[in-house]
Amino acid sequence: MADGNHGGAHLRVVSHPQPLLQVDEVSLEYRTPQRVVRATHRVSFDVHAADRFVLLGPSGCGKSTLLKAVAGFVTPAEGQIRLEGQRVDAPGPDRIVVFQEFDQLPPWKTVKQNVMFPLRHARGLSKAEAADVALHFLDKVGLSAFADAYPHTLSGGMKQRVAIARALAMRPKVLLMDEPFAALDALTRRRMQEELLALWEDAAFTLLFVTHSIEEALVVGSRILLLSPHPGRVRAELNSHQYSLASQGSADFQAAAQRIHQMLFEQPADGVLAATETDAAHAPQPTVHAAGQRS
Amino acid sequence: MSTMQAPLRAEYERALEPFTAQPLSQALPWHRRLWELGWLRKGALLIVLALIWEIAARVQDNDLLLPTFMATARAFVDAIVDGELPGKAVVSLSVLLQGYAAGIVLAFVLTTLAVSTRIGRDLLETLTAMFNPLPAIALLPLALLWFGLGSKSLIFVLVHAVLWPLALNTYAGFRGVPETLRMAGRNYGLRGLRYVVLILVPAALPAIVSGLKIGWAFAWRTLIAAELVFGASSGKGGLGWYIFQNRNELYTDRVFAGLATVILIGLAVEGLVFTTLERLTVRRWGVQH
Repeated sequence: MADGNHGGAHLRVVSHPQPLLQVDEVSLEYRTPQRVVRATHRVSFDVHAADRFVLLGPSGCGKSTLLKAVAGFVTPAEGQIRLEGQRVDAPGPDRIVVFQEFDQLPPWKTVKQNVMFPLRHARGLSKAEAADVALHFLDKVGLSAFADAYPHTLSGGMKQRVAIARALAMRPKVLLMDEPFAALDALTRRRMQEELLALWEDAAFTLLFVTHSIEEALVVGSRILLLSPHPGRVRAELNSHQYSLASQGSADFQAAAQRIHQMLFEQPADGVLAATETDAAHAPQPTVHAAGQRS
Repeated sequence: MSTMQAPLRAEYERALEPFTAQPLSQALPWHRRLWELGWLRKGALLIVLALIWEIAARVQDNDLLLPTFMATARAFVDAIVDGELPGKAVVSLSVLLQGYAAGIVLAFVLTTLAVSTRIGRDLLETLTAMFNPLPAIALLPLALLWFGLGSKSLIFVLVHAVLWPLALNTYAGFRGVPETLRMAGRNYGLRGLRYVVLILVPAALPAIVSGLKIGWAFAWRTLIAAELVFGASSGKGGLGWYIFQNRNELYTDRVFAGLATVILIGLAVEGLVFTTLERLTVRRWGVQH
């Protein structure tokens, strides 16, 4: 069974009852010149060591803002975020972010220098030590041959690999990924998911991953937090450690995807009563209807 | 509705041989390759301009108003050989570099303040709005009053010439740094001066280099103009003084030689210093083409 593959991860979670990262009743707001908009409302979840924790939701559910709050770029309007019990209040190298945008790599540094950059300036390694670590992690993402290339000469997938190598080299307590593969073509995205899982098998880092793709959430994640849109509220927390790229075509996988889809795009639970009265005519095909609207 | 249908055709498949019909890339013919060299094209233009000058001067036939290109070249070589022009150029350049460096340092301080605090930003915006349109040379009378005759006054107006355009460009460059790159920098805990030096300055380098170029041109102009104004009473003048003096003595060919030196130094700095700087930095990084 696929379950058996991830038994190790399971055991690790059990042996660490204290969560690594706690998001506790966090509400996030952003300001426009005219109004204050609530992005998420009292969201709570716990991430344990070696989790591959996915925040999944349609656009407008505040999942990226939530990740930026964990990174320390956004201060919660209420609630708090704790990493190993310590309150998070500023960005720091114990939570490295891999962004979606390719311009996260300073263009004035070669691939190797990019990976060395935080090692030198945040971890204070010497040049030689940083270069060793950088080459080791570039080798892991298969980019040793491009160590001296400048980022503008790389493809999108290679740039994201550099960003992943740079993040892993820092050995952060939790690795934050904000839709890292969303700007890649479908084939490259699939390969990157595969490689990310291989890297995780190798080192079992703790991952907090934001995506709007249900399939990606099921493949990459071991646990999924579903967020409703406008404002983001927790809809469900599901296990997905049993799925991998290999199980993508299986009936099981399809059923899980379908279930999530329904949870995301149906009326929220507290609106069901109202919905049965007004939207009765749409009831037979709620998913198709909603999917057409949101995508 | 539409009943038109595309015809159904048979499928086919081809086994492809390795492509050998013609080489994949071919070298351009030699004259096209020569024409790709920028310095050659610009050199050809300069020769054409010199020819037009020579012809115009011969038609005009008045050495006092417009000496020929050859006469100017001779005066230029003579002045170089007897060491007068190089000496004047060194005097001018040393003052220029002092003013330029001071202007760069001040611009860096001002823009760093501007990206760190809101009041710093207000200060920079107000000061550049006030002083950028003010010609540096207009401050010379005031500078002479404050600092007396000599290089201090010159440096004061030079700083004024360099500071505002450079600060304006640098600040625009800082504001144009992508949000993701800023966040990546802050993610590593970089703050304050380290954040500015390690993230903002290199990311804004295309704008900074263009500010340095504009500042250089402004400073060079201002210096020559300032020397023309008060060179008469300064002990040892620079290039502007050389031009002014020779005009008074009606050595028009030397006036032209002095002007040519001003132009040549400008070209050399543009062609050697700035082009090299751009080649080693922004072009190599692919942020400017």
